[in-house]
Amino acid sequence: MWKWDYVIELLPALLQAFGVTLGATLAGFALSIIIGLLFAVGARSPIVPVRLTVRAVVDFIRSTPLLVQLFFLYFSLPMLTPFAMSAFATGVIGLGLHYGTYMSEVFRSGIEAVPRGQWEAATALHLSKRKTWFSVILPQALPPVIPMMGNYLIVIFKETPTLSAITVVELLLTAKSEASITYRVFEPYSIVGLLFLITSLLFSLGIRYFEKRYFGGHIADGGGKR
Amino acid sequence: MIAEAENGLKPEREEAAEQTGLPNGYTHLVPIVRYRSIQKSFGELQVIKGIDLDIYPGEKIALIGPSGSGKTTLGRMLMTLEEPSSGTITIEDEPLWQMEKKGNLVRASEKHLHRMRSKVGMVFQHFNLFPHMTVLRNVTLAPRSVLRLAKEEAEERAVEMLRKVGLENKLHEYPAKLSGGQKQRVAIARALVMQPKVMVFDEVTSALDPELVGEVLNVIKDIAEDGNMAMLLITHEMEFAREVADRIVFGAEGRIVEQGTPVELFENPQSDRLKSFLQRFR
Repeated sequence: MWKWDYVIELLPALLQAFGVTLGATLAGFALSIIIGLLFAVGARSPIVPVRLTVRAVVDFIRSTPLLVQLFFLYFSLPMLTPFAMSAFATGVIGLGLHYGTYMSEVFRSGIEAVPRGQWEAATALHLSKRKTWFSVILPQALPPVIPMMGNYLIVIFKETPTLSAITVVELLLTAKSEASITYRVFEPYSIVGLLFLITSLLFSLGIRYFEKRYFGGHIADGGGKR
Repeated sequence: MIAEAENGLKPEREEAAEQTGLPNGYTHLVPIVRYRSIQKSFGELQVIKGIDLDIYPGEKIALIGPSGSGKTTLGRMLMTLEEPSSGTITIEDEPLWQMEKKGNLVRASEKHLHRMRSKVGMVFQHFNLFPHMTVLRNVTLAPRSVLRLAKEEAEERAVEMLRKVGLENKLHEYPAKLSGGQKQRVAIARALVMQPKVMVFDEVTSALDPELVGEVLNVIKDIAEDGNMAMLLITHEMEFAREVADRIVFGAEGRIVEQGTPVELFENPQSDRLKSFLQRFR
């Protein structure tokens, strides 16, 4: 029942779609980091309205399904505003926003783990707020949460089939349309599953390597490498 | 030394005191810091119950007293880490925690605090070095980003300061590789490089192993001798306070109980509170 000929025939289309999946994952992940940081820092703003707004937005986004958000961004937003984006761009923004709120919680835990004395030392040295965040707090808050961030990379990756609902031609949708032509489901879906599996494993290996390579050293054991 | 035996003043202060006829050789100057009617409560607990204190330019004040007497809080207020519940602090006659707005004094903005705190530096009990930066980077961070010095100039200054504290051979180490005494000396260099007019030393040896205390105190003595920087030394090291300070301020239960020159306070304490406090250090 497994036909290698058919697999070879399928591969070019699936690999191309895999490129779309991977692109949406990485772009969505990058965006979720940026948005997550903005939310995490905004939630600690000394300006009360900023703080409350950020918290409300985070709660709102986290309490609604990604699929609903995607529909809103893709179908409703162009009717309400002059903005219309491609399906892919909408997908990336949807992923970035949705997972940005989760990412902000990850960053929050990292930021709260930085000792108060670090903030005080920054104050005593007259560092600006910006400099304090970028040079003192975040470099200490982020390395410990890299594993959790990596987790969300994999979650985002596995969530990309949702984008098919707004017509992004990603891996699963491609497999589905191939299957609907030939009525052969076994090969395309198996390949999709395998590609997800292998890539997820590669991601987690990559994250572990990245963490060890760049942050395993001097903070934990005082080793002087850079 | 003879002059010191008589009234406890250092020779140069002795001279100033003679010229002005004022008691400690500083009072002819305008105070750089004034605490006025300072009170501070943390919830129900009132830790400072009304304190007035002047710090004169270049003066070295040792703040001694039992734990919980509000000494550290007093220092932290000057560094803008703690806001007084009431009262005013001025630095060079300008209010620290308030600012003028349309003729009224209002609560200071972050901008005002940021400007004011450049006159103050602080060394902490727990060093608070930045663990992800080398010693050199710890010391050059503020000169580069706040004073906007070029890299070479900032490093030149930093190395000079690190030489002063005896750590010019540790430039590229990370703090985790240093002993507690070395960390604290880096922290001192880091604060000094910003050239504050007043420096708060908040129990800087309390977190150190006993054998490392001496190296840190010696560094502070050196700085005290060559600087016209005012120093507020919050300390439990009586011998050190006596050697370095121009004036000792003894506080207990949120109030200043007694103050004077080291000789006055240590040889001839007036209050029972101070007498019993000093008993424990004999």
